[in-house]
Order: sequence, then structure tokens, then C-alpha cells
Amino acid sequence: MKLTGAEIIWECLLREGVEVVFGYPGGAILPAYDAMTKYPKIHHVLVRHEQGATHMADGYARASGKVGVAIATSGPGATNMVTGIATAMMDSSPIVCITGQVGSKAIGTDAFQETDVTGVTLPITKHNYLVTKPGEIARAIREAFYIAKSGRPGPVLVDITKDAQQLSAEFDWEGAAPRLPGYRPSYHAPASEYARAAELINAAKRPLILAGQGIIKSGTTDAVLQLARVAGIPISTTLLGIGAIPASSPHNLGMMGMHGEAWVNQAIQQADLLIALGMRFDDRVTGNLKTYALNAKKIHVDIDPTEINKNVPVDVALIGDLGEVLAQIQPQVKPAERAEWWDLIKAQRGDAAVRDIQSLPDNGHLYAAHVINDIWRFTRDRDTIVVTDVGQHQMWEAQYYRHEKPRSLITSGGLGTMGFALPAAIGAKFACPDKDVWVVVGDGGFQMTMPELATAEQEKIKVNVAVINNAFLGMVRQWQEFFYDKRYAATPMTGPDFVKLAEAFRLKGLRCDRRSAVKSTVEKTLAEPGTVVIDFVVEKEDTVFPMVPAGADLDKMIRRPKQDVLAESGNDKDWEMPAAQGAPVAPVAAKPARNGRARPAPKPARAAAPRRAKAGRR
Amino acid sequence: MAKHTLIAYVEDVPGVLNRVASLFRRRNFNIDSLTVGRTEQAGVSRLTVVVDATEAGARIVEANLYKLVNVLRVDDLTHKASLMRELALVKVKVTPATRSQVLQLVEVFRARVVDVDEQTLVIEVTGTPEKIVKCELVMRPYGIVEIVRTGAVAMARGHELLSSAPPLVPTENVTGDHAHDTSGISMSV
Repeated sequence: MKLTGAEIIWECLLREGVEVVFGYPGGAILPAYDAMTKYPKIHHVLVRHEQGATHMADGYARASGKVGVAIATSGPGATNMVTGIATAMMDSSPIVCITGQVGSKAIGTDAFQETDVTGVTLPITKHNYLVTKPGEIARAIREAFYIAKSGRPGPVLVDITKDAQQLSAEFDWEGAAPRLPGYRPSYHAPASEYARAAELINAAKRPLILAGQGIIKSGTTDAVLQLARVAGIPISTTLLGIGAIPASSPHNLGMMGMHGEAWVNQAIQQADLLIALGMRFDDRVTGNLKTYALNAKKIHVDIDPTEINKNVPVDVALIGDLGEVLAQIQPQVKPAERAEWWDLIKAQRGDAAVRDIQSLPDNGHLYAAHVINDIWRFTRDRDTIVVTDVGQHQMWEAQYYRHEKPRSLITSGGLGTMGFALPAAIGAKFACPDKDVWVVVGDGGFQMTMPELATAEQEKIKVNVAVINNAFLGMVRQWQEFFYDKRYAATPMTGPDFVKLAEAFRLKGLRCDRRSAVKSTVEKTLAEPGTVVIDFVVEKEDTVFPMVPAGADLDKMIRRPKQDVLAESGNDKDWEMPAAQGAPVAPVAAKPARNGRARPAPKPARAAAPRRAKAGRR
Repeated sequence: MAKHTLIAYVEDVPGVLNRVASLFRRRNFNIDSLTVGRTEQAGVSRLTVVVDATEAGARIVEANLYKLVNVLRVDDLTHKASLMRELALVKVKVTPATRSQVLQLVEVFRARVVDVDEQTLVIEVTGTPEKIVKCELVMRPYGIVEIVRTGAVAMARGHELLSSAPPLVPTENVTGDHAHDTSGISMSV
């Protein structure tokens, strides 16, 4: 069958099972757009910026487990995709990006809208292709899908010249099957390594499972829970691992790392065995590597060999599919209760509940943590996906929205891409039209990609956008508060009237500034047929507790104050550094402030800070 | 830190050298030298990469090379009996007085003179990178006009194949479980 290259693109997408693509037309991709009209089975979503297309494809992929597809033209269309591709790369999200390229004869001449897109995206894609002949399109697209979804998933870009789209070639789907002699998506660890891993588990007194996104990607929640139950092993999740283990599981301690609970991080430092499942020891998870889990042997299970020994040297490396690895280890693991270990963890949990912001009575102030927890409470009996942006609200969501199912939280972890939430949520809604999709986003990140509201309106889809509006770039402000003597450089931020903004997009806008109104606001939002933007006007200078300062030891956390100081004394703060406790580790290395002095102790900083902050703003 | 010599067989497709070079830059690996050329198999190129790395670092380099889709096979020759050679062309200043001294040194290095004029000699020297460096040092007092080095190429000694890696060029489509034993890339610790 002779087809144009443009038609071959759509034939391939159809055969790959693609139902929706997210894109933006332009000169070099016009032949493909023209051919699209012949393929009504594939729904095209017109985005408002190509970055949005990649985030939508990413959100679609994370919500569904399928490959997301984004399309853009050459030059600026393709370069606008860079942020979304890098986001998908860092979080191992399978997306295929198809970009137009100038005609093959014009390549290298700095033609209009020409960019070396395969060159630009080389380090941020799992693989990429430049296709200059129509007869090569089918294989490139088939290989792109295969590479994107197999092994450790990731983004693949296919750059297709305009003449390759226009010219015709024989379309042979079968003959275009992937031929990838150098590609190794799957590995199998030797049997002896499984036995060594099981021995370490059986011998451990204080083992701990570190649960990462690999569990979600491989669909091994049940197998991990079974291992935890049989062997009495507590589990802590990474940010992207949230949802891999139900929040209600008694084995799930919660999130680890920079904004994990102090007692969870302490447990990691005390463990004598860490069983890392589909996670990669990110610096936000480990803190100071020199003092990280020194008491523990480590078993690392990952599909990607390059992750082994990258950040943390491990004792047993099991490279392979998590399901296969767990199936091999499980029969060799002896049942155990490990009551002493659990008692220690429970004891250390100690006053965490007292410090918990959720334990505070309603005092008239609206805290982001309360908003998020309330959204969870009032939506918990519904099937909900929450998509978060990056910053304070993201951490509060991780702490206070209790995820029970895999793929119920979608967030930009590795790259920390502000502006991710709204477009990713639109993609997730296309993947799961029957589920509620909530966006939890700061006022800063929302303003980066809010034009995608027009996409949601044009597509008549419903996403519920909770803007956590503190009129600050909150997380940066928090770092300035802790580490830069409260000099709030470029973090106070104004924004539009989000209610009127929603109305301008012909959407519903709501505002909520009291905790007592959160419930009715959520109810009104759910009752609305279309997309709703809610302006949650929250405390301006609230802080995410606890926190491991960047590069500090994991168990040296800045703790939440025991009393709600914020409510009683306006903007003032009373946070405290922890006393050394638990595992014997060196004192915290104070991060020097810009002026070279070590970070001041909290109390003096508190007294002096407001004046300095004002001076800094002048 | 020590020198590690890795051989990578790669598909001979556009951009493959860029992918390898980009990997080294991106992961902050330190390349000592990188050479590439055709092999006995059509469509397969062979890279010799010398990196400055710890033993663990070399394993990470190896795993990252394997991760590139166009890389077919990686062998580490560092701890194997192997040959390593590099070629250099050295243009040295000579005067009637020094010409014979230089020619004597050329003999010592078993090098060849490949070009002569009234003021210079071009010497072609082949050997290990250490020998090339030595030759350069010895010629320096006479005045080196320019020098060009190819970078090291390496090959294992003996008749045995280096690894039990899969065949370089596949005969079948790869859509199913294309599994490889991890022992081939020595990632166990």
C-alpha cells in the first residue's frame, strides 16, 4: 500500500493503539496535520503551548500506563517541548514526541524555523530519530513506541522532515518491526544474587523497604505488600512512589526524604538493611550521602543498570523487572514479626502527632495543609487523580493527601517542573475520563501554564484546579527564610484575580479563604459540569515542616513547632533545629549563608530577621 | 583513578559518535582518548575509549554505554591481556647539525621518517600512548613544529572472543523479551 509519509505517521499511531494526541500545528508539520483529517479515530487536542503538549502526553502516560503522544512543528515548536521532554526523562515517563523538520535538502542551512532538534534533545531523550525518507517513518515510529514503553520507560522523539511527510512510500507495518540489536530493555539477575538478597533479609533485625515509582510502573504493589507482611518489614515511599503502597496500609510509614516525617528518616538511618525497590537514591531522598544509612546493608532492585552504585554503593544489586525479582525472592524469605523494630519506630514517632498541623483547631487562618487534607476528606470516596505542580503545595499534598492507589498522584519529581500540573492533569483526564482529576498548584506555577485552561474549555473536559495562593513563590521563600536570613528576593508575587480569570476563560471560578468554607467549595466544584478554578487564599508565610536542609544529614531535620506560632503572632516564626538523636552521626553541617557566615541559630534570626527582610526588599 | 580501556561496538548510523561523546560530557566522565573506525562487519563501528576512572566509575561508564540504543557491545580490556597502539606524526625542526641525531632517535623508537625538507622531518611513530609521549619528550629539544596523535586503539590478545555478548548484528526482529544476562556487564557487586 503506497501512502504519503504523513499518512504513514497516522497509520502507525493508529496501529500503536493511540486514541489521543496533544499537539500544535506549524509549517514543517503541516503535511501530517493535513493527513490527520483522514484519521478521525485519533482525537487531536490543540494545546496553547508545546510545553503543554508534552506535559499532557506525560500526564496521559502516567495516569494510564500507556504511551502519550505529543506533536509539534520544527524550530520553536520543538524547542518549546524541551522542558516537557526533560520532565518525562527524569521521571521515566513513556512519551513519543513527533516533530516536523525542514525539508531534508534545507537541513544545515539555517532555514526558517530550523533547529537541530535531535541534537538539542539528545541528552534528555531515551533515544531520538531524524527521519528524512518516507520509507523510514514506520520503523522509526514503531521503534520509538517500543523504546518508550519497554525497560525503564522514557521519552523518544521522532523528527520527520517535511519532504519525508510529503513523499510517498510503500507502507509495510509488519516489515517495519523494531530492529534494535543494541537495545536491552530487560535483564535477569543471576540466581545466586536472589539467594544473597533473601539471606540479607532473613538476617536483618531492622529492615526497611524504600518504595519507588518502579513499583507503580511494574504493577507490583501486591507483591511488595506481601513481602512486607510476611517478613514484618516497614515501608517508606519516595515522592513518586506515593500511591504504590496504600496510605492506609499499616506497613506504610509514609514519605521519606527532605520533607518526609522526621521519624521515618530516622528509621532509615537506624535500619540495618534497606531494600530499595524501583527507586534511585535521589539527593532529595538521601540528604548527605556521607552519612546516609551507614548502619544498613543495601539491596537495590532496578530495571536500569546505570542506577546501581550511582549515588549509594549497594551490597546486592538485582537488575531486572521488579515482579520477577520479587517472585524469586519471596519463597526464600522467612516469615518474621520484627516486633522490636516496630516498637522502636512507634516510639520514635512520639510527638509527631502533636506537631502535626492537622491537630490544630480551626483558628480562622487558612493553611494549605488544611485545604489539601480537606480536599482528600471530602473526595475520598470518589475515584480521584491528583496532579500537583512543584513547591510547597506539592509537599503538603504528599504529606496530607492520603493516596490509596497507584497512579492516583501525578507530580514532577526529578525535574521539579513548575507549570507541569495543569497540562499534565488535562492529559490524565483524557486517560481516565471517568475519574475526578484535581490539580493542586501554587499561584506561581499556575501562572506559568494557565493558558491551557483554554484547552480544557475547548475540549469541554473537567479538571478541578485548586490554586494554593499565598502570593509568594512559597518554597523559594521558605529557603530564603531558613538559609538567606529572610531576604525575600523576587519571591513576593502578585497574580490575576483567579476567579475573574476563570470566568474570562468561560469557566467557573470560586474563592475560599476560610477553613469552614472548604467543604462547600469542594462540593460546589464537584457539582459543576466543567473545569473549575478555585482560589484558595492561604497563609502567606506558611512553611513546610519537617525539612532536611539540602545536603544535611537525613535525620537532622528542621522540625515543625509544637505550637501554632503562625496563628498567634502573625508572620513570625518559631521553628527549631533538632537535637541529635537516634543513630550516632556527626553534627549537622550548617549551610553557609551567602555572606559566608554559618546559618544563625533560629532564635537570634527570629529577632533580627524582619528588619533585614525589609532592607533586602528595598 | 586509573586509565580504563573500553571497546564499544556501535551501529554505524548518523549521530552515534555524538551520542557517545554527549554521554561522557553529560555524566561528567573524563575521556582520555576516543577513536572510532569501521570493523570487519558491515554496519558496525568500533570505538576505543580510554577513560580516567575508579574501578566503580568504569563500571558505571560501561553500563551507561550499554544503555545507548546504538551500542551493541562493550568490552573492558583494562584487566585483560591486550595490545594498545597509537600513531603520531611529529614534525621536528632540523639543522644540518642535528639531522643525524634526530635520525638516530627515530631508529631508537623504531619510527619512520615520512617527509623531509631542508628545515624539518616528519616522523611517523607507532606504539603505546606512553611511547608516543616519550618520543615527543625526546624530540622537544630539537623543536617540535606540530604533532598529531590518533588516539589509542586496542585489541585483546589471543584467539578467544572477548565476551559472551549477543551477536553483533541481529537476524531477527526484536519486539519480545530481548533478555541479556547481567553478568556480561559485570554489574553485580
